Amino acid sequence: MKATVYVRPKKEVLDPQGDAVRKALEKLGFGGVAQVRIGKVVEIEFAENIPASEQNAMRAKLEQMSDTLLANPVMEDYEVTF
Amino acid sequence: MTTCPPPPPFPADPPVTEALIRQHKLSDDEYARIVSAIGREPTFTELGVFSVMYSEHCSYKSSRRHLRRLPTTGARVIQGPGENAGVVDIGDGFAAVFKMESHNHPSFIEPYQGAATGVGGILRDVFTMGARPIALLNALRFGAADHKRTPELLRGVVAGIGGYGNCIGVPTVGGDLQFDARYDGNILVNAFACGVARTDAIFYGKASGVGNAILYIGAKTGRDGIHGATMASDEFSNDGPANRPTMQVGDPFVGKLLLEACLELFQSGAVEGIQDMGAAGLTSSSVEMGGRAATGVEIDLDAVPRRAKRMAPYEILLSESQERMLLVAKPGAEETVATICKKWELDSAIIGRVTNTQRWVVLATPDYDPLSDPPSKRKPQVVCDLPLDALTEGAPAYDRPRATDVTVFHRARIEEGDVPIPADWGAELLRQLGSSNVGSREWVWRQYDHVVRGGTLVRPGSDAAVVRVPCERDGQTIDKFLAFAVDCNGRHCELSAYEGGAMAVAEVCRNLVCSGAEPIGLTDCLNFGNPERPEIMDQLASAIDGIAAACRALGVPVVSGNVSLYNETDGRAILPTPMIAAVGLLKSEHDIVTSWFKGAGDVVLLLGEPTSGTRGLAGSDYLSSHVGRVAAVGGKHPRIDLDAEAALQSLVLGLAREQRLVSAHDVSGGGLAVALAECCVSGPIWSGDFGARVDLDLSIDRGRLDLTALLFGEDPSRVIISVRRDDVALVKDRAVRAGVPVNQIGVTGGHSLSIGFVDESAAAQAAIRLELSDVRRARSKCLESIVGAA
Repeated sequence: MKATVYVRPKKEVLDPQGDAVRKALEKLGFGGVAQVRIGKVVEIEFAENIPASEQNAMRAKLEQMSDTLLANPVMEDYEVTF
Repeated sequence: MTTCPPPPPFPADPPVTEALIRQHKLSDDEYARIVSAIGREPTFTELGVFSVMYSEHCSYKSSRRHLRRLPTTGARVIQGPGENAGVVDIGDGFAAVFKMESHNHPSFIEPYQGAATGVGGILRDVFTMGARPIALLNALRFGAADHKRTPELLRGVVAGIGGYGNCIGVPTVGGDLQFDARYDGNILVNAFACGVARTDAIFYGKASGVGNAILYIGAKTGRDGIHGATMASDEFSNDGPANRPTMQVGDPFVGKLLLEACLELFQSGAVEGIQDMGAAGLTSSSVEMGGRAATGVEIDLDAVPRRAKRMAPYEILLSESQERMLLVAKPGAEETVATICKKWELDSAIIGRVTNTQRWVVLATPDYDPLSDPPSKRKPQVVCDLPLDALTEGAPAYDRPRATDVTVFHRARIEEGDVPIPADWGAELLRQLGSSNVGSREWVWRQYDHVVRGGTLVRPGSDAAVVRVPCERDGQTIDKFLAFAVDCNGRHCELSAYEGGAMAVAEVCRNLVCSGAEPIGLTDCLNFGNPERPEIMDQLASAIDGIAAACRALGVPVVSGNVSLYNETDGRAILPTPMIAAVGLLKSEHDIVTSWFKGAGDVVLLLGEPTSGTRGLAGSDYLSSHVGRVAAVGGKHPRIDLDAEAALQSLVLGLAREQRLVSAHDVSGGGLAVALAECCVSGPIWSGDFGARVDLDLSIDRGRLDLTALLFGEDPSRVIISVRRDDVALVKDRAVRAGVPVNQIGVTGGHSLSIGFVDESAAAQAAIRLELSDVRRARSKCLESIVGAA
């Protein structure tokens, strides 16, 4: 059983890393790139399969993980998928 | 008074209601003041503008009348408070440009970015005046070492300071760090920067020259940190960080480009005036520049470079996006500015003109977004039209009621019989040396690049940092040597804000003279609670009086600074913390003195009155670490004799300049025993540690309580020096002539520190004997125990 957490900089937060990549792409001749935003993907594998009845509880647990460690809720949004 | 018709309503602007006014932290009186100043009701955007300009952060409304009592002039002062930074002459046509500023609230919400943007902001304040930044310091206060948020906040803030300072290439050479439960809900992050400029090329934040173009340069504007200035003037509550505005993110690499672009712009002769867009962004920078020049400003928001879509005028005006400057070009120099900005990959745009109307006029086209729409053919409409003086001098200034909080002494009072007396003096000293407030700060400064630029002669760990600054002029290079220190003891200030303020000034200047530097100027960050409470207002006003008295006694002016109020959480204020940073000037590299013993056989002298008895324990680390609160024996608050302090400092500086001092170390936090241990092990590890044999058989009453006060009390105006044997007589003679008490207390050498004294109760010669390796280990572990081993 695997869950994936997508962590992205909040929509309006400045992303210097993304901006640097956009500029580099431009210098390499890849035109037409208006914006680059860089986040991260966290893949979490569980030892056992989670029965459908417990998936909601598991989602809540993953959200708790994201709030406390995987993402910085002041600057980042996250999305949990199974 | 000229009134003009209100600007037409802007689409999507909410109506100005009482609730909205409240949300903008404006009182009824303040709102009435606005209406009478402009002769009508403000629009929504204007309300936002007034809200930030009338905030404590921008207007200094509670502190202004008290700040006037600070001495701000002197033979060396080129620019005192009121500009982006203070400017002090360092000779040969060069000046030190410096300031300290708080970034407390943002750092509590997001420690890394809050601290990083604090560093970025203070650097801009310095280079906007034409100076190249050469040194950074930071003064930090965190909650109790065992508070649950302390590790995360400490790690984040230190990483953020390093992240910005290291990337932009300015050395972080020193600082001050303390922990106390009173900062649990309100940490302090005060950042200091110093730069060096030519005295004939200082630039000011003035929008002069009617008709001159106003340019925006630097990073693009987003919806970052809107209302940071009002937030900085508000208390936290435990509601948590919901509904916070978009956090500002610093980009040190853009900061570096902006720095280099500005320095090139200054040389190009294109700049009439310039100011950093800091708190309250475009609003405060344009208002202040127009206000200082007594001209007028007209700005077209359609031209402002931006990265967020559909920004309302309100948002553009109040955004606190980082790495931006507002510049007034000399006539015809607009092209030069654009070319230089382009070279450094920065946005630049002409966004307005200097006018002669004494008004601040802002234009924008409704429903037009330059990011999404084709160029607008419509004429922009007026969004704000306000008299400049209503925004600047017209801001409220309060004489808030003061009342001394007499309960402080009841809460702090501890009876003589209740003072804990160590059973084992050596073990107690080792315990103090390993405590979070006394131990080594190496964990912090090892994360900072403190040697970049190659001029750092004295690194963190001594009393003050010393930096060599090569100053170039007409093809010649003159080396200047500047020293830096920052200090404040909030516990002393809690017991007496007046004495504590004076002691902070005295200590920071003492740190400089102990390093061989003459103090030439101070900058302060006055961190206090809610000034609407009379006891807090009294702390603020008394601390200012104490600072002023010490400045006069020591002949040092305050040339810049900032005030941070409302440092409270749920009605509980921080310890009053008037942080003081000082800049010192050395005559030559040979005058440099460091705090640690340099070899065997040197004689150790204690300058200054050794102890004032139990008064010295007031607010000490020793007492607070044992009783868990700020405590004072018999309710006696700490006290400083400023004449004695001045005599001591001039003696030490004189001896340093004659090169009679092998080492000099100020006795402060932790007291005499801790200071002696620091003399043994504070040097770089590769230079080797030298111990000492010290005999404190001084002519004092030797009850165990007095011994505790002698060893761990924190009386001011004391310095431990080591001198060559041949110089002992001369040094003692100088001290006697200067009226400074002097005691020969020991000799350096060996691998241990022994402190002997007569313990009458034990009716025997007692002693502390610690191996230096144990002392080093104890000191080095103190922060690791908080953040975990690296």
